[in-house]
Amino acid sequence: MSEKFLEIKDLAVTYETDEENVNAVNSISFSLNKGETLGIVGETGAGKTTTALSIMQLLPKEVGKIKNGSIIFNDENLLEKNSHYLRQIRGEKISMIFQDPMTSLNPVLTVGEQIGEALELHNKAKKENINQRVGEIMELVGIPAARKSEYPHQFSGGMKQRVVIAIALACEPELIIADEPTTALDVTIQAQVLDLMDELKNTLNTSMIMITHDLGIVAQTCDKVAIMYAGEIIESGTLEDIFSEGNHHPYTVGLFNSIPKLNDKKTRLEPIDGLMPDPTNLPKGCKFHPRCLHCMKKCKMEEPKVYKKGTKTIRCHLYDN
Amino acid sequence: MLKYILKRFLMIIPVMLGITLLIFTIMSFSSGDPARIILGDGASEDDILQLRDELGLDDPFFVRYFNYMKNALRGDFGRSYKTNTPVFEEIFSRFPVTLILAILGILIAIFFGVPIGIISAIKRYSVFDNIGMLFTLLLTAMPGFWLGLILMLFLSVKLDVLPATGVGSWVCYIMPSFTISARTMAVIARMTRTTMLEVIEQDYIRTARAKGATEYRIIVKHALKNTLIPVVTVAGMNFGQLLGGTVLIEAVFAMPGVGTLLVNAIRTKDLPIIMADTMFIALCFSIINLAVDLLYSFIDPRIKSQYQ
Repeated sequence: MSEKFLEIKDLAVTYETDEENVNAVNSISFSLNKGETLGIVGETGAGKTTTALSIMQLLPKEVGKIKNGSIIFNDENLLEKNSHYLRQIRGEKISMIFQDPMTSLNPVLTVGEQIGEALELHNKAKKENINQRVGEIMELVGIPAARKSEYPHQFSGGMKQRVVIAIALACEPELIIADEPTTALDVTIQAQVLDLMDELKNTLNTSMIMITHDLGIVAQTCDKVAIMYAGEIIESGTLEDIFSEGNHHPYTVGLFNSIPKLNDKKTRLEPIDGLMPDPTNLPKGCKFHPRCLHCMKKCKMEEPKVYKKGTKTIRCHLYDN
Repeated sequence: MLKYILKRFLMIIPVMLGITLLIFTIMSFSSGDPARIILGDGASEDDILQLRDELGLDDPFFVRYFNYMKNALRGDFGRSYKTNTPVFEEIFSRFPVTLILAILGILIAIFFGVPIGIISAIKRYSVFDNIGMLFTLLLTAMPGFWLGLILMLFLSVKLDVLPATGVGSWVCYIMPSFTISARTMAVIARMTRTTMLEVIEQDYIRTARAKGATEYRIIVKHALKNTLIPVVTVAGMNFGQLLGGTVLIEAVFAMPGVGTLLVNAIRTKDLPIIMADTMFIALCFSIINLAVDLLYSFIDPRIKSQYQ
């Protein structure tokens, strides 16, 4: 159960364009054990999707550059592997559930073809059995198998997301990266999809990286949490570490304060003032300092070190010894 | 689907009526007396008056139009004023040449244009892409007749490998069909490249990569079909134009096609030929348009579902 099978160390990713360099991910590290679910939380632009795409090595070819770090998956550094090896990993060992089901499916291929493709590519089933297996997977995610010869435009949004999930599950991968799998869905469908993913994860014992900006989803599905801000993990720990009282990064506190609470008498939510810093021109020192309520002199000068306590890590000067 | 096709066929009728009326009107009100043209400069006034009477040229406009359409519906398109042969024969003796040229031209254009576009898109900014795009730019800018003359100069006059003119054997078609395909090929190549570049940026291509598909498979299975709609549109439009005849190319290679026929007919006010030829071109266009629309529905299931 506690076998470390994905470990990311000091990963840094930059998008290089003619005009500017966007530092999307700045030296992040985390690890994941078999059967665990890690939640990566953060605002838009925090570098969550970039992290996910780096693991799959699907960053946009011409601009996305991995500058530093290592991605160790089953004792192999994926960053040192050739494209042939990576193709074998993709879809079979690691698969990804994409953010937007409306655009993630090919409009001119039937859903059956799209779900069966990974099976075909990785020789997971004999040609004549693929059809049957596709039917099974579709039933598993709650789509009638009879609909396999239909095209994506004939499905509703929630159904499309199920198809996207079915594609990711087809080869029963060891790791599923779910990139905001429910963002494009309305709340009732969201709950269904999350239940479904939880159920599948338990039956297949897969590990999962759940990328989201919704702390509710994290509470419902994750074992570990990493909170990202401006390309860094500013706080991480077990689900309990993050959701219980105690020392927290001011940004984490801000995130929790901006969620409406049922039994709260306050009439206004407390948003975090300001915006995410421009990734082409990150502030010196702590990247959160322009928005931080506890900003000190030191925060503007020095990058904070990582403070560790048990399973919890916080990157903040408040907890310097 | 069948209902849709039938509906589209019925829509050809008003199109044809509109076109005949338009051409008939223009020709009737333009200057020049067909009788005088037929009989030549030396004809006497009496002969001319008699011929005008025979051809019904003195009837009111609407009577003439009505008579023409009545005969046309019976399949009688009249005789050429100039050669006195039935119009139908005149057109169909020349149409095979035009048809073969058009088909060869469009096939060559697709055969070279689509792959050039695809490779240029995949290898964007590479040497192949740069040369390919410069080459297609040249082809689009180059007048067809000029290209024809240059080809003729090199391949017929200097090297003497291909016949310069005529329609005697299949080798005669090589140079003209390459010449008329040049422009279309360039347009198709550029169109394919642009669309392909758009398609390979799409999320579903990333989905395919995430499954572990090879680049070849991604292009052929996932991207190509999504690229074809604009390509088919351009190819269809160009094919329609080619079927109408390519006057300059026919002139350069001395090929008896419908393009030359129509231009000569306009010059001599040969109304029956002009009318029948334009109707024929319009019909070809309508049918090709329909074929292109039907092709869409085979390429894209979303379009097909609209036709139900």
